Amino acid sequence: MGLLHTVNKSPFESNTFDACLGYALDGSTVLLIEDGVYAATTGTSAAEKIKNASGVTFAVLGPDLQARGLESKLADGIKVVDYEGFVNLVAEHDSVQSWL
Amino acid sequence: MKFSIQVNEGPYQKQASDTAYQFAKAAIAAGHEIFRIFFYHDGVNNATKLAVPPQDDRHIPKLWSELSKEHNLDLVVCIAAAQRRGMMDADEAKRQGFEDNNLIEGFRISGLGQLIEAGIESDRLVVFGA
Repeated sequence: MGLLHTVNKSPFESNTFDACLGYALDGSTVLLIEDGVYAATTGTSAAEKIKNASGVTFAVLGPDLQARGLESKLADGIKVVDYEGFVNLVAEHDSVQSWL
Repeated sequence: MKFSIQVNEGPYQKQASDTAYQFAKAAIAAGHEIFRIFFYHDGVNNATKLAVPPQDDRHIPKLWSELSKEHNLDLVVCIAAAQRRGMMDADEAKRQGFEDNNLIEGFRISGLGQLIEAGIESDRLVVFGA
């Protein structure tokens, strides 16, 4: 299975989320962690980009979403995983690219 | 599966050390092997034994040290990054004429070759940074 991308910065602070989307191929997964979870919030330009990115799977780290009080603002089509799910995603993909 | 982890950011700066620690714990719990955890750049500050955080806060260097002890982890600090930031093991402290070292138990200082080896020997290398 393709690449796992991790994005750890808010799309409103840094361009790593956009850069990641530019490189993510079909079959890859983008996991939003730390401040990257802000990209998973409904009503934002980032959530719109997630909706339009066909062929790429999106996931968000649940504990980081909770820590920021954003659970109720989660946009559609994004899978919530815990740290165990994070580990599984790493194991299931061929390689990991951290967008720092 | 064999995992290695790279930590590029110091404790209490951003969230990188915490995420890396939680990831390592979850990987071990899922039955994976941690081949090595490599601390690079400001990440070397995770290895200090002189940190005294408030009692109700997490003690990140100690958490690493305990995890290492419990699971026999190889925690490696990059020597060039460490020397710039005043992180010393006993041998290096002696060589530099310092009275004491400041490396917490469970960490060792070595070179960048250890990171390359971790990349080669492991099935996955996951990088955490600021």
